[in-house]
Amino acid sequence: MDATAGQLLWMYEKMIEIREYEETMARVYLEGKLPPKIQKGLAFDIGAGPVPGEMHLAAGQEPVAVGVCAHLRQDDTVVGAHRPHHFAIAKGVDLDAMTAEMFGKDTGLGRGKGGHMHLFDPAVKFSCGGIVGAGAPQACGAALAAKKLGRDSVAVAFFGEGAANQGAFHEALNLAALWKLPVVFVVEDNKYGISVEKSASTAIASNADRAAGYGMPGVLVERNDALAVFKAAGMAVARARRGEGPTLIEVKTDRYFGHFQGDPETYRPKGEAKELRQHDPIPALGTLVRDLGLLDASSDASLRERLAARVQAAYDFGRNSPYPRPEDALLHVFAE
Amino acid sequence: MTTATPAKARTLTMAQAISEATAQEMERDPRVFVMGEDVGKYGGIFSATTGLLDKFGPDRVMDTPISETGFMGAALGAAAEGLRPISELMFVDFFGVCFDQIYNHIAKNHYMSGGACKYPLVITTGIGGGYNDAAQHSQCLYSIFAHVPGLKVVVPSNAYDAKGLMTTAIRDDNPVVFLYHKGIMGLSWMSYFEGSTNEVPEEPYALPFGEARVVREGSDVTIVTLSQMVQKSLVAAEELAAEGISAEIVDLRTLVPLDRATVLKSVAKTGRLLVADEDYLSYGLSGEIAALVAEHLDTVRLKAPVRRLAVPDVPIPFSRPLEQFAIPQVDNLVASVRGLMNAKVY
Ligand SMILES: Cc1ncc(C[n+]2csc(CCOP(=O)(O)OP(=O)(O)O)c2C)c(N)n1
Ligand SMILES: [Mg+2]
Repeated sequence: MDATAGQLLWMYEKMIEIREYEETMARVYLEGKLPPKIQKGLAFDIGAGPVPGEMHLAAGQEPVAVGVCAHLRQDDTVVGAHRPHHFAIAKGVDLDAMTAEMFGKDTGLGRGKGGHMHLFDPAVKFSCGGIVGAGAPQACGAALAAKKLGRDSVAVAFFGEGAANQGAFHEALNLAALWKLPVVFVVEDNKYGISVEKSASTAIASNADRAAGYGMPGVLVERNDALAVFKAAGMAVARARRGEGPTLIEVKTDRYFGHFQGDPETYRPKGEAKELRQHDPIPALGTLVRDLGLLDASSDASLRERLAARVQAAYDFGRNSPYPRPEDALLHVFAE
Repeated sequence: MTTATPAKARTLTMAQAISEATAQEMERDPRVFVMGEDVGKYGGIFSATTGLLDKFGPDRVMDTPISETGFMGAALGAAAEGLRPISELMFVDFFGVCFDQIYNHIAKNHYMSGGACKYPLVITTGIGGGYNDAAQHSQCLYSIFAHVPGLKVVVPSNAYDAKGLMTTAIRDDNPVVFLYHKGIMGLSWMSYFEGSTNEVPEEPYALPFGEARVVREGSDVTIVTLSQMVQKSLVAAEELAAEGISAEIVDLRTLVPLDRATVLKSVAKTGRLLVADEDYLSYGLSGEIAALVAEHLDTVRLKAPVRRLAVPDVPIPFSRPLEQFAIPQVDNLVASVRGLMNAKVY
């Protein structure tokens, strides 16, 4: 399945938007967290600044998000994990409301209750969460519902290679194959689960090989490349939509930042992230779209400008929105 | 061995105290080993295992896959064979993925075997909020572990206690859940209550379970509390003292076994009780302590009703104003005690 001109441009645009979003967050996140304005003796204060708490960024992993989401419709479900921004953006989650959520504002997707790991946008059927492995069975449920309701929508669960060692992953695979669910499992192999390398956590080299044990196709995408992901995902999504059941895809991808912002990264060879950036998938796709004549240098530049402005507007919206009232903490425990 | 001048007191953070206790027990007893996520090279996300890999190597300090059911079950199996595993659950919130191993097996097998089998293992885990980590990474949940018969439950408030209690936990022949609050570990990347970093002797020592500590004597009101809330209570007590209110603070230190006598003695003395807890309000620790006092009203005379301060039965929200509202703060402690001073029993 080849990508149309529209799909190529869409993937390119979304990857730039995601990268801009993550690089901006890396800067904004640091505001207020460094000495001297924090408790004496600390090097960094995770709870300080306009965007407090943990922050897991996905710069480098854009191809996984866009290559899969290029095949999805608004009524398809995506369940992400603790590193969710690239999936959210590719799925079309409201950028302003998502950003406001990370600032803890009342205009946020969860009115400040969730934060960056817990984003819920029912309008585009997106959700994510902070418990590793938890999303895979949830995607099965969405797929089960599609089947029961006679819809041709599909569900995609995205998670890391570390999550593929959780019991929930293995139970979800069996359920999906047993019930022939329209679901696609996408493993992002960014080589690490926090500090632990895949080779130290996983007994086999490719999670795609595990698919056979559950009776579904397993596909390994060996390059961090949007088109390669697009091809594999196209077949998997089409198969699911035809009612032929689940697929497991593993993509070898790269994590440019630490596990979370503030990660000392002592477990990682010095300069590794810099080396990975030499193989940045965004310029690679940029070259392709220009070679195909889909974009010239000046429209490329204005595209980047427009996306940077779009992202900046979302951050401005988040920053300038009001906080919820403290006592609003008591709302939303139960549905009214 | 004598020294002419006493050495300058050595202070440790709670994280350092826990890893020192672990290292000393590993030196003393070759059966002790550590496993969990990021406990090796990283030294534990909350630094509870820092330095252990270098000292003891990867056979005794094992990084695990993200497979909590797997390695909690493995801890049970290894303990049954006579080893003494320390198994780290990175955040207590993650118990959800492995609780069957903990509450149906680790907690009960000794009982179900009629005492024939022993499971000397320690589960260490990070608890608590206050740094905007939201609903899945900020809970305390110690009451849930204490609720299940068969688990000893330790919740230290400072480095000195943490070292002595960790030593006891490792030497105990029962499963022990050791819950350390992230906001008192003395991490370089999270603000913390400095009272938790204190003097810790270098030599190994064990503190008995089931002995609460009166960390501040007072005459008007008893604050029964634990973990980071002890540090908050100490700050609140200073403010109250300035207003002429004398607060006594009881640090429970262990929930199982629970030192009921110390609680009752203090409440009998002051006649007023505030239970300050960072766990959810309902069906938990604060209710347990209130019930304890209610059951002893034949010997304990109250001047005011029992009051409880805890998370008001909502998940821990992310946003700063919401989280500060949900988790009891020093100001709430002060206000609750003031309210108690004005309240009367019927
Ligand atoms: C059940 C559970 N265990 C542990 C964690 C702590 N944790 C958060 S992210 C992470 C690593 C996840 O690795 P991977 O799945 O490869 O995703 P990546 O971070 O590389 O995107 C761990 C161990 C968690 N959130 N949930
Ligand atoms: Mg990973």
